Amino acid sequence: MSANLSAIFYLISGILFILALRGLSSPETSRQGNFFGILGMIIAITVTFLSIGNFSSGFIYVLIFLLIGGLIGAFIAYKIPMTAMPELVAGFHSLVGLAAVFVAISAFLNPEAFNLGSTGDIKLSSLIEMSIGAAIGAITFSGSIIAFLKLRGIMSGSPIIFKGQHYINLLLGISIIVLVFYLCNTQSESFFWRLIGISFLLGLLLIIPIGGADMPVVISMLNSYSGWAAAGIGFTLENSALIITGALVGSSGAILSYIMCKGMNRSFFNVILGGFGATDQTSSSKGKEQKPVKSGNAEDAAFLMKNASSVIIVPGYGMAVAQAQHALREMVDTLKKNDIKVTYAIHPVAGRMPGHMNVLLAEANVPYDEVFELEEINNDFANTDVAFVIGANDVTNPAAKTDQQSPIYGMPILDVEKCKSVLFVKRSLSPGYAGVDNELFYRDNTLMLFADAKKMTEDIIKNLD
Amino acid sequence: MEIDPFIFRLSIFILSIFIGYYVVWSVTPSLHTPLMSVTNAISSVIIVGAIIAGLSGDSQSVFNMSSIFGFLAISLAAINIFGGFLVTQRMLQMYKKKKKDK
Repeated sequence: MSANLSAIFYLISGILFILALRGLSSPETSRQGNFFGILGMIIAITVTFLSIGNFSSGFIYVLIFLLIGGLIGAFIAYKIPMTAMPELVAGFHSLVGLAAVFVAISAFLNPEAFNLGSTGDIKLSSLIEMSIGAAIGAITFSGSIIAFLKLRGIMSGSPIIFKGQHYINLLLGISIIVLVFYLCNTQSESFFWRLIGISFLLGLLLIIPIGGADMPVVISMLNSYSGWAAAGIGFTLENSALIITGALVGSSGAILSYIMCKGMNRSFFNVILGGFGATDQTSSSKGKEQKPVKSGNAEDAAFLMKNASSVIIVPGYGMAVAQAQHALREMVDTLKKNDIKVTYAIHPVAGRMPGHMNVLLAEANVPYDEVFELEEINNDFANTDVAFVIGANDVTNPAAKTDQQSPIYGMPILDVEKCKSVLFVKRSLSPGYAGVDNELFYRDNTLMLFADAKKMTEDIIKNLD
Repeated sequence: MEIDPFIFRLSIFILSIFIGYYVVWSVTPSLHTPLMSVTNAISSVIIVGAIIAGLSGDSQSVFNMSSIFGFLAISLAAINIFGGFLVTQRMLQMYKKKKKDK
């Protein structure tokens, strides 16, 4: 196949990838979008085989490795529980990063195969492109591994902070640039390996100071990085499908990071520089005093909801941890049988990744047209009888609107306090990740339900009958 | 003077960033998780580079340092392609509308 013809096909697969993302603008078109994505991938892979045209003995190995990876991937995709989505996505990001590093290494070791010049005499522009691809790929890989370990709970979610952290990162960042410069001047292999090693280290150090609840930003940011790494390799290979995809994924991740930061009212750098949870806890524990709290049991909660005409459910990370989504849906079904209007309100940063709560509710067969985003539903709280907050905390804290001293001041919140009564399912009175006490707990119209989210929901169902 | 082909690739890249910007803003927030998993899958189109690397050996020696890294990259990218598209499919199938008849 001629180079021009294959370039046209790569363009087509790039366009199919654009359509794949476009399909996600509504759930109805999304499945078709995913199909476009698969089609684009098949075209890209087929064209690559045809354009090489060299079906030597290597070909069979390509198929074998493709099949091994494919089987592992398919197995994971079918086995993974929906609650484990955040760590799965982090794990996948790390693979994209590592693949980018490996392709860059291959291209560096055997530039003839990629038409980039010869060993020791690689074209300058290609060398710069592949070292950028390799460096970003390595950062994505090691950063995603840390994110994966934190989300999986293998590593503590609390931020790890030490003195001079940011200076070390800055130093590593500068040394990456210096190494690229030397690499271009000398074409020496040792600089290339050092570049990759330092990038791995930087990826680790960038993510360890970031706390568990900031993971929605981290995971979106790594998504973006994996795109830029792919684009870097795309420039090296002069492949438009890879350049288009890299740009799409890069901007997608960047937009998601922006949305997540806005949901927390924090700047991107504030999140990346890390250490949110650890520094603020001290200030809140000082001012703690014993305030009266009304706590209730499942019976009280069932009574309140049975006598309501409208209920809004506010799910948070606690629901995911307790796997309470199915019990919750059952409870809502029972309420609906009693002609109570029930809707769901989702805060942008609820959970550990963008859209986390929506997926869990969809898994529990909650129709997506009963689930609303913050702006869509926030005015409805004032006309609602009961807000049922399950596993969420900071995103309902009115201090974000009133208390200028509060670390979460300015964060958009769900106005649950405007409801006639508020039910909080929570394991204890402990503050959320921001380390801020929630004044809603102490209000007269708030009833605290201290229990595991799933168990409490099941008990409420029993009491509703 | 002739224009360097790099400039054309750069043009594609920058225009694609703009397309990405507008397309992603139109994605409904409830589908942000599938968006992440599908972007994961499509960014594994990096497999085209891995295939070129894997086939770079000659007929006497299929395996050399360069092609071994290529083969490994093929497997990594394939995990992502299959895993990413299939898990996205699985998620998207769960998004259902309210049934009118109940």
